[in-house]
Amino acid sequence: MSATEYLRVERLHAFYGESHILHGIDFTVRRGECVSLLGRNGAGRTTTLRALMGLTGRRTGSIMLNGREIIDMPSHRIAQLGVGYCPEERGIYSGLTTEENLLLPPRVGSGGLSVEELYEMFPNLAERRHSQGTRLSGGEQQMLALARILRTGARLLLLDEISEGLAPVIVQKLAEVIRDLKSRDYTIVLVEQNFRFAAPLADRMFVVEHGQIATEIAQDELAGRMGELQTLLGV
Amino acid sequence: MADFLGVPLPALLGQLMLGLVNGSFYALLSLGLAVIFGMLHIINFTHGALYMMGAMLAWMASAYLGLGYWWSLVFVPIVVGAFAVVIERSLLQWIYKLDHLYGLLLTFGLALIIGGVFRHFFGVGGQPYSIPPELTGAINLGFMYLPKYRAWVIAVSVVVCLATWYMIEKTRLGSYLRAATENPALTQAFGINVPIMVMLTFGFGAALAGLAGVLAAPTTQVSPLMSSDMIITVFAVVVIGGMGSILGSVLTGLGLGLVEGLTKVFYAEASSTVVFVVMVIVLLVRPAGLFGKEK
Ligand SMILES: Nc1ncnc2c1ncn2[C@@H]1O[C@H](COP(=O)(O)OP(=O)(O)O)[C@@H](O)[C@H]1O
Ligand SMILES: [Mg+2]
Repeated sequence: MSATEYLRVERLHAFYGESHILHGIDFTVRRGECVSLLGRNGAGRTTTLRALMGLTGRRTGSIMLNGREIIDMPSHRIAQLGVGYCPEERGIYSGLTTEENLLLPPRVGSGGLSVEELYEMFPNLAERRHSQGTRLSGGEQQMLALARILRTGARLLLLDEISEGLAPVIVQKLAEVIRDLKSRDYTIVLVEQNFRFAAPLADRMFVVEHGQIATEIAQDELAGRMGELQTLLGV
Repeated sequence: MADFLGVPLPALLGQLMLGLVNGSFYALLSLGLAVIFGMLHIINFTHGALYMMGAMLAWMASAYLGLGYWWSLVFVPIVVGAFAVVIERSLLQWIYKLDHLYGLLLTFGLALIIGGVFRHFFGVGGQPYSIPPELTGAINLGFMYLPKYRAWVIAVSVVVCLATWYMIEKTRLGSYLRAATENPALTQAFGINVPIMVMLTFGFGAALAGLAGVLAAPTTQVSPLMSSDMIITVFAVVVIGGMGSILGSVLTGLGLGLVEGLTKVFYAEASSTVVFVVMVIVLLVRPAGLFGKEK
């Protein structure tokens, strides 16, 4: 294992009940790297993140996190190793206020952002801290879902479609935040449909198809392989 | 002497007081049921048996170990809670993924077993359990005599219910509970040990039932049969209040105790059925219960 390798996924198969969704996913992420999982709808990207978090049904294969095998761990143990998960559906709790949502995830490591820093980064959340979480607008809910895993000291962030369905100015803002996080040395897996959002941010891109990695494209190959990528994504 | 609709005031207030005492038991028991249902999605049919266990253990502690009321008040809820935790770990945890009906059937079966075991060893005769000396007698309020023990039961119940509500709605631990109730999988993926919280929630709800049992012991004949009447009324209370609302179940419990008390004054024949009449009316008007959320 190379010293800088933070996440290594090998032969990952995952099931929902009887449905076999992932058919041997293989990829690695280096410490401080931002990779993107691209793919068409239903390709298995969300399932890959959920499998990493222990949220699918049966899983086989290997998931090494910072040198530790986590495939058999329950999801709270995985999170406690320093993984922050931002789900596709955002997962804002209606029974909690904005601030309670923000403060919910317990610390899993040192060096997370403080609540003040987060409110500075996302002023809307500060203004609406006492509102019910689900009363926020879609963009605010997305910011909240992202902000609450930045507080915990998690070093690996699994972000599922954070730009989906949001106004361009908010997408812009989120891209800035990701750049900021990269500069703070977070390791990030960015699942995206919107490759225009992901491409400038990702150091490497993996295209997922039918529950497998179809190809890998590094940032510096992007210009030359744009046609191939667009065909794979069907855009 | 003052009258109210032809009823002497002291008699009326006395019945209201008694109603509030019953309401206190309803509140404690339905609160436990609501907390358990919120987290485990199980309608806990062992609740009546745990209440009976609370009273029986208090009586046993006194009869066999010479431990008085105050000891029991503290330790019996802990023992009942621990017993429930063992049940949760050994049996309930395996059926969460199945249809909720299995939880109902399993806890119903367990209630029969617990009741059967106590009947086997202690028979069905009622055992007396006396009011602790500190709480015997009554306070003269001028317009009525307030038996100290009744006031105590109401006070304990209100304080415990409010503390539970505060803990769930206003504290950090409570936010974990609410989150785990709403989305257990995601909450666990944030690093919160949800299975342990589920276990402790069941233990806590059971401990409330055990506490209600200890509080009830001096007010009634302690016997393995004491669960049956109480639990049927409590389930009616839960249906009226609606599942899932903490404050709702407490208010409904106290309110229905009062309604029962009033009915005793004005139309005693209906006092044991009035709760069910209210239940029918509520079901017709608001099927999800007074405080329940319609799906
Ligand atoms: N809970 C589930 N149960 C069964 N099948 C599912 C479930 N969630 C997703 N799937 C299926 O798994 C496949 C991959 O879905 P997903 O991982 O959500 O794709 P993506 O995120 O790439 O759009 C799809 O065919 C989808 O229908
Ligand atoms: Mg998806």
